[in-house]
Amino acid sequence: MTQHFTRRSALALAASTGLSAAFIGAGGAQAGTFENRKLVVIICRGAMDGLSVSPPVGDPNYAVLRGAIAIPPDQALKLDGTFGLHPKLAGLYAMIQSGQARIAPAVAIPQRIRSHFEAQDMLENGSGQLYGAATGWLNRTLQAVQPRRPIRALSIGAQEPLILHGPMQADSWSPGGRLDPTARISGILGDLYKDDALLGPALAAGLKTEGQASALNGGHAPGGGDVQAFAVTAAKFLRAPDGPSIAVLSLDGFDTHANQGAAQGQLANRLGVLDKVLTGLRDGMGDQWSKTVVVVATEFGRTARVNGTAGTDHGTASTVILAGGALARGGIVGDWPTLDQAKLFENRDLAPTLDVRQVFKGVLVEHMGVDGRALETVVFPRSADARPLRGLIA
Amino acid sequence: MTFSSTADLKAAVAATRFGLGARPGEIALARHDPHGWLQAQISPNGADQPQAGGGGVLAGTPESYQAFLAYRAAINAAGQDPMARKAARQPLDDALAQEVLARAWLAAVTPSPFRERWALFWGNHFTVSLMKGEDVGATAAAFEREAIRPHVFGRFADLLSASSRHPAMLMYLDQQNSIGPSSPAGLKRKNSGLNENLGREIMELHSLGVDAGYSQGDVTEFARALTGWSMGGPGAAVEQQGTFLYQQPYHEPGERRVFGKVYASGQERQAQAALDDFAASPHTARHIAHKLAVHFVADDPPPALIARLEAAYRSSDGDLAQVANALISAPEAWEPAAHKLKTPYEFLISSHRAAGTGPTDAHKDVLGPLGGFGHRPFAAPQPNGWSDAAADWAAPDAIIKRVTFAQGFANAHAPKAGGPAPVQVAQESLGARLAPATLTAVQRAESRPEAFAILLMSPEFQRR
Repeated sequence: MTQHFTRRSALALAASTGLSAAFIGAGGAQAGTFENRKLVVIICRGAMDGLSVSPPVGDPNYAVLRGAIAIPPDQALKLDGTFGLHPKLAGLYAMIQSGQARIAPAVAIPQRIRSHFEAQDMLENGSGQLYGAATGWLNRTLQAVQPRRPIRALSIGAQEPLILHGPMQADSWSPGGRLDPTARISGILGDLYKDDALLGPALAAGLKTEGQASALNGGHAPGGGDVQAFAVTAAKFLRAPDGPSIAVLSLDGFDTHANQGAAQGQLANRLGVLDKVLTGLRDGMGDQWSKTVVVVATEFGRTARVNGTAGTDHGTASTVILAGGALARGGIVGDWPTLDQAKLFENRDLAPTLDVRQVFKGVLVEHMGVDGRALETVVFPRSADARPLRGLIA
Repeated sequence: MTFSSTADLKAAVAATRFGLGARPGEIALARHDPHGWLQAQISPNGADQPQAGGGGVLAGTPESYQAFLAYRAAINAAGQDPMARKAARQPLDDALAQEVLARAWLAAVTPSPFRERWALFWGNHFTVSLMKGEDVGATAAAFEREAIRPHVFGRFADLLSASSRHPAMLMYLDQQNSIGPSSPAGLKRKNSGLNENLGREIMELHSLGVDAGYSQGDVTEFARALTGWSMGGPGAAVEQQGTFLYQQPYHEPGERRVFGKVYASGQERQAQAALDDFAASPHTARHIAHKLAVHFVADDPPPALIARLEAAYRSSDGDLAQVANALISAPEAWEPAAHKLKTPYEFLISSHRAAGTGPTDAHKDVLGPLGGFGHRPFAAPQPNGWSDAAADWAAPDAIIKRVTFAQGFANAHAPKAGGPAPVQVAQESLGARLAPATLTAVQRAESRPEAFAILLMSPEFQRR
């Protein structure tokens, strides 16, 4: 975590950004093809247990390894001969059955790390190295697309995550703001902040979003509390004319070291919230759902075995969820390494068969029309070994 | 300001950067000797303790934990009846509200704001959070009062030990039921075993730091050493409930090798010996020095400042009074440019200090606004605590929320007609840090509340 390393890496990245500007305009997909495409990234923080999200109930070792916290086969929502879905993800299950969602059961970040904070940094900075960039890969996606097709991003929640940090100003919204952009104080503060690189742009972007939020909800700012209503409003932002193309939100509370539960319990409750967010986004997007992809990712998975306190500890691979009407119909994404003892990573974790960047890159290329070279140099530098996953988008 | 002297500027920095924002008269008081004003706040007795209002008493951990057990029994009896569930929760909610209010009141009115900021830093360093569950929520405030505040100007080793043994921390990081696989309990119960959560976070977050160079094997070995560190739970004798309890049958027998050192079999003392070594490690000195510099001075702090703090830690064997002294004596820490954006809690507290008021209603004055800001006390989302980086608190939406808060706060608390004039309020609050543009905007305001809201939202009030 030395500052020296961070600064040096950031410089390297800046250099590659500068180089890339020359060819971003050339080639690549035409702007028209990707008009109105929407991408939502949901980060489940705390290490979401993929083996409970999409339990491999047909894997002979699953029940043995998981003991009391295994999802019982008769309660899992059946996907195929190996996988089920957690019963609290009924809304997602309906999407999967109609070809609007898929799961990738064995995905991990590029390096093997078991610290939440380091792993989240790696998931979000996209440089392939720990603290390898001070900006997030979604911010750099805006940069990469900018010359051909200026698009914006929205962070939903009280804090902006690293994945959106960077030189491109992102909007942000959470329930309960309510400031009239035409109020006197808005202008006075705008003047006081005119030379303030942090507060000035933030206030201006915030006022703009406030105006939109008020208009979207008939003059009323939506309240907090109801997860589904929150997700529906977030979707309205994306759907609005000139709305952002990309949105990010985070869900907490997945660090289930003890009393994780199975079909019911602590993790089940969090998955219930996730399900409401997914169905809320779908409902809120309405006819734009067909142009939407939602990616749900976590920093790492959890140990294959139940631990001594009816929970699980920090592991490696986990499940990535893809949802949205723009997806191509298909089954499980990626290979299943199995839970065979010999196949476990360090004899404790589900081993990854996909680098999470492969999923992100596939979505950025096919869904958002990000230029292939910009993808390799600006958005995910040094990621040639993580080839974009093709065929995800219809 | 044309006529402001170095002493004026130093007094303003002392009250706003090291303190919690100036109350009326505070900058004038500090002006005589800003460094001495801060130094006098370093107390061998530790930080001040929040006091319940209205003659109430803040409950200790055992009592708070028993309140949690009573809640659990009541919620089970309540079934699905929403009224009964609400009634079951009420005592826990009331106790937390009382704690939060007492703590915010102390911060808003204390004449020793550096002492309080120092305590808040350590409370965040050793995060426990109600996000984990009601058991931690019931004891989180008592944790800060019992394990943190008494030790913040003592030896870091004592602070680390007090935190690691406190039931709130044991529950927060799942230590209480961690059982050595070869321990008597482990051999008897098949469905039991090691939980490495506390061990990992002690090494990564509390002491050595993530880049110290230890391995997964070191984490596991330390977790084995920690087995037995537990607490009196629901099944324990009443006088043991909510207290640290060493459970000998849980302890993994044998010697342990942690981060290059062998720890002989030693029951409870084995983990304590490792903790003491962690506290004495140069990695810890570096980690703590860096984190303090980030908190007090800049998100990307001057290396010379980190080096001073690190040297103070090492030469004093982790005496936090010496480290605090090094901080307030470091020239880099007094640089006039304010780099730190206030966190929402700091913003709320400093708004009260500027108005010369204090919060009186836990929900309306503290939990409500901080909930909106995503900064509810004792509710950090993850064990690394609240962020200290400006970018994490300066999203567009967050700034809008600050403006709306400032307007509401100013309507309620701006000094009324007959009280000090808006310009005087601004000068008392920011002293020599008050910028001419802000002064002009305050002078031109249409009303006292507008003038006060402008002060609160000025770039120099937002920073420290």
